[in-house]
Amino acid sequence: MAEAEVVIERSGITEAAAPILVAEKIVKRFGGTVAVGGVSLAVRAGEIAGLIGPNGAGKTTMFNLLAGSERPSSGRILLGGHSIEKSSAEHRIGHGLGRTFQIPRPFADMSVVENVMLGQQRQTGERILPNWCLPGRVAREERRTFEKAMGLLDFVMLSRLARDPARMLSGGQRKLLELARVLMADPTIILLDEPAAGVNPSLLEVIIDRIGEINRRGTTFLIIEHNMDMVARLCGRVVVMATGQVLREGTPAEVASDPRVVEAYLGGGA
Amino acid sequence: MTASQPGVGEPILEVRDLVAGYDPGVPIVNRASMTVMAGEIVVVLGPNGAGKSTLIKAIAGLVPIRSGSVALAGTDITRLPAHRMVREGLAFVPQTENVFASLSVDDNLQLAGGILAARLRAERIEEIYGFFPDLARQRRLPAGRLSGGQRQMVAVARALIVAPAVLMLDEPSAGLSPKLVDLVFANLTEIRQRGITIVLVEQNARAGLAIADRGYVLVEGANRHEGTARALWGDPMIAELYLGGMRAAPAPRS
Repeated sequence: MAEAEVVIERSGITEAAAPILVAEKIVKRFGGTVAVGGVSLAVRAGEIAGLIGPNGAGKTTMFNLLAGSERPSSGRILLGGHSIEKSSAEHRIGHGLGRTFQIPRPFADMSVVENVMLGQQRQTGERILPNWCLPGRVAREERRTFEKAMGLLDFVMLSRLARDPARMLSGGQRKLLELARVLMADPTIILLDEPAAGVNPSLLEVIIDRIGEINRRGTTFLIIEHNMDMVARLCGRVVVMATGQVLREGTPAEVASDPRVVEAYLGGGA
Repeated sequence: MTASQPGVGEPILEVRDLVAGYDPGVPIVNRASMTVMAGEIVVVLGPNGAGKSTLIKAIAGLVPIRSGSVALAGTDITRLPAHRMVREGLAFVPQTENVFASLSVDDNLQLAGGILAARLRAERIEEIYGFFPDLARQRRLPAGRLSGGQRQMVAVARALIVAPAVLMLDEPSAGLSPKLVDLVFANLTEIRQRGITIVLVEQNARAGLAIADRGYVLVEGANRHEGTARALWGDPMIAELYLGGMRAAPAPRS
């Protein structure tokens, strides 16, 4: 494994074929239930990969493991070639891994722009002492954070709602807010959990367009999604999970015509 | 419980042009109709986001109905609050948070039977334990300590305690292993044999069709297809609904 890490590091993450996020034989048990039963997958730098499968396949558990909100029972996770399976979610965010949630829960009474600013990592003012010793630096940083947040809201087309409380946002707008919040940390890879769920068709077009644009600027994506039309439009490669295992990997058209994938969706089991 | 129950083969639940959703401007269920005959098992299928759960919750009085009607045994029950539905003979098993995890199995059933007189309640609970011997053995255990399949049975038992005419279930297979799905669905078949009509919403098309007489396929909030379970089982249209969007894939971008 040490050898593989060296290779990845030497090739750098700019090379399209290099994996940026790798899961090796990940197992996750909850009591006696095996939610993820030995999943290996690799996301290559620069791609938009899809993670699909019927309900209960273990996709969201896999996201929780990759993002660090759950620890695997066994197996390894490599981010940019470094083992991260034991590191905290915050550590992973600091090292370029962003993640959105299927049901975004913004702080309802905070403004939209304040919610985005929460995505900024390692602000000096988060520690008590610098607020007293370095008030100028804290203020300058906050100014920069605010401007960056406003810029990102502009990017996701929510700037006119920046001062409104987040509770005013529709489901689709909350997804866009999530995207802006995640972008605050300058991620190299973003895990998106069902960006299309509960979003009206016109806003869905905005979300698809923005994901494409973020990707063109160099950010890698792994997307869980049930909207197959969206998967087909965005993802070059799709990993299909069923009952905690990887069932198939390929282009959207390839996996959709695989009878095993069809059977898994119908509930026939893997 | 119910005044006059229709005989087997007569309509017991009639849903007409139902429009429902949380937000008045965004109907999730958009003119859905279905007719369920007494003694039937009917499954509602459809891809994620088709509005299946919203449909069944709207029928159960848990999601605002904007227009259309729901009738149970010929009586209009549109917009009746959920707790009144139970008295009318319509019971609903939600997909999640359907038991009190910290309470014992027994207390879960006692609470669910709260509208019954104490003696009738005790009788019904014993009847239910006769039907679910696994639960009888674990009646003192907190429901949260049971396996997923047994917890689902507690949820079903809670709904059965009022002796409903129609039992509706929202994705009873969700989160269960294939073996447990078989077990829970075998129970549903037995419940029907006791004369209770069953309507279930299922993502797992195979499991649902295996026990159902008929199925409705919901797409974008409206029922697009219906047929006997046998006809729907082999119909490639259903696979097309789940995965078709990808098969018509444009060339991938990168």
